[in-house]
Amino acid sequence: MDFLSILQIFDSGTRLATPLLFACLAGLFSERAGIFDIGLEAKILVSAFLAAAVATQTGSVWLGLIAGVSASVVFSGIHGLASITFRGNQLISGVALNFLASGLTVLIGQAWFGLGGRTPGLKPAERFLPLELPFAESLSGVPVFGPIYKELISGHTLLVYVGLLMVPLSWFILYRTRFGLRLRAVGENPAAVDTAGISVVKLRYSSMLIAGILCGLAGVYLSTGLGAGFGKEMSAGRGYIALAALIFAKWRPWYALGATFLFGLLEAIANRYQNIDLGGFIVPVQFMQALPYILTVIILAGFIGSAIPPRAGGQPYVKER
Amino acid sequence: MEKMPRWADVALIPLINLLIAFTLSALVILAIGENPWSAVKMMVSGALGSTYGWGYTLYYATNFLFTGLAVAVAFQASLFNIGGEGQAALGGFGVALVCLYIPFPHWAIALIFAMAAGGIFGALWALLPAYLQAKRGSHIVITTIMFNFIAAALLNYVLVNVLKPVGSMDPSSARFPDVTHLPTFHEMLAPLGIAFSKSAPVNVSFLVGLVLAVGVYFLLWRTRLGYEIRAFGKNQTAATYAGISITKITLIAMMISGGLAGMMAINNTMGEAERLVLNSVEGAGFIGIAVALMGRNHPFGVLLAALLFGFLYQGGGELALWTKIPRELIIVIQALVIMFTGALDNLVRGPVERAFIRAAKRKAS
Repeated sequence: MDFLSILQIFDSGTRLATPLLFACLAGLFSERAGIFDIGLEAKILVSAFLAAAVATQTGSVWLGLIAGVSASVVFSGIHGLASITFRGNQLISGVALNFLASGLTVLIGQAWFGLGGRTPGLKPAERFLPLELPFAESLSGVPVFGPIYKELISGHTLLVYVGLLMVPLSWFILYRTRFGLRLRAVGENPAAVDTAGISVVKLRYSSMLIAGILCGLAGVYLSTGLGAGFGKEMSAGRGYIALAALIFAKWRPWYALGATFLFGLLEAIANRYQNIDLGGFIVPVQFMQALPYILTVIILAGFIGSAIPPRAGGQPYVKER
Repeated sequence: MEKMPRWADVALIPLINLLIAFTLSALVILAIGENPWSAVKMMVSGALGSTYGWGYTLYYATNFLFTGLAVAVAFQASLFNIGGEGQAALGGFGVALVCLYIPFPHWAIALIFAMAAGGIFGALWALLPAYLQAKRGSHIVITTIMFNFIAAALLNYVLVNVLKPVGSMDPSSARFPDVTHLPTFHEMLAPLGIAFSKSAPVNVSFLVGLVLAVGVYFLLWRTRLGYEIRAFGKNQTAATYAGISITKITLIAMMISGGLAGMMAINNTMGEAERLVLNSVEGAGFIGIAVALMGRNHPFGVLLAALLFGFLYQGGGELALWTKIPRELIIVIQALVIMFTGALDNLVRGPVERAFIRAAKRKAS
């Protein structure tokens, strides 16, 4: 394997990691506030669908972005309603939303475009196109750094860079602001937050809003950046991989970047090489596809460090009377 | 009176929940420009208007009965088993191995062995998540989700690299020998002089499912183990103080659950396809969640809910065939049923409970 193909795998890994990163950070905000979010998959899917549908109808990728993010926020709102206001089972609500997204996108897509659940292919103006960073061409002659800059760092769509920016931003919000402190507290001990006179409900709904926006961006990137149009079941389990990455990252923003990049890289390798030959022992492609899940189970089992979730996760908060 | 009567809890609230889910589904049909009323009529005639329709309705219902019972048993121990899909897939693997490699003299013996193999494979696939939950504290919902994906990859590998006959392009196993063919309703009812559609896949597995439902009822409400499972599900702390082992109940409840899901393969793999195909479970593991929630985790309720979903599946298939409404409508209905009977239960429960308490107070005064 030469230097260039390693760069290309890393480049493709970065692309594939971006939707995972957005979704993982969405789950991070949600679960840090004490709300389990199995419905990441649903939000990615509805957002991907509506972003592509509105982009192809209006010819504007920005309107598509707004539509996609709004759809995801609406789903987040339903999840909030079920798990915060009506104190239902958060896991069941997530499962229901996943099915709702999977059914509705095809149902509406078929009624709208008649293409069996697909949207028409997007034209360049209806997509986020790769950005050429300054000096990428002129620096490409520089040894080692030149190709890295040109192949790996430059040439991604805007949303990839936004995703990377979201990591320090999420860290700052969670660990350096009053809101973040309260958000983390509400996931550990909501009663204490309530006693301090801060609304648990309001905090949890704001975490739902943030999760909705971030998941929306994951979906928008999937159908207008990574792909050119929506296809049935386009999210393809990415919401679950993001959930796995979240556990892998032990509910921390910088670790989330590492975990999603690792999983993106695994997907890139599995896409490029069908079966990997390790000197006579062949690693089947199915093993590569299952590897994120296997790794997550191992992490969950606590054999490599322990992953301790927020303590109040999954429990609806009932105010004392 | 502090509570509402039992019949309201068991029947009225699920019915209202279901009504809301169906009303919203009708609105969805309306929104995509179709007529909900004619859709309902077509579903009824397609699913119940002929023995062919009934045959498919009952075939689907059999799948959902197995997975619904599986989810219900785990729910009784307050364990949320989302892994029915993977457990049923592994069950299919077990059934295929037995049917392909053991020369059976009679289908009944093959059925017993297939049930054992499917059940054991499914149970073992549930064992590891159960163990990790009980001993290492990893959340069973997450591990069972992960195990679904691992099962899908494993089955994919097995079908493509091991079970696929040489020279075949299709990622599926060879056909099972003729002797493992399970009698269909057509073959069972013909000697009695009852005509039943020849091409409908419903088979003796449906009766096995009914027996298992009765078995689950006896297990949960008439045995010591069942009592321990339910006590554990109601209050873990109290159960621990009563001397019930958390590890033991978690492992056993999940293995029963996984075993039931795995045994589903006698219907879809042995009964219908008669070979192991890729993605043989087709989401039945997930529908089990809706079925268990609607059936209030009681075997009888699960049976009724499984029949309802069997009807929806066959009816929805007919709709997709004759109208422009795609099959995915069923997934939407399924989602709404899970949402309203599961997560948004309090939306209906609160007002109904208050209405009953108010009525009782008025009567008292």
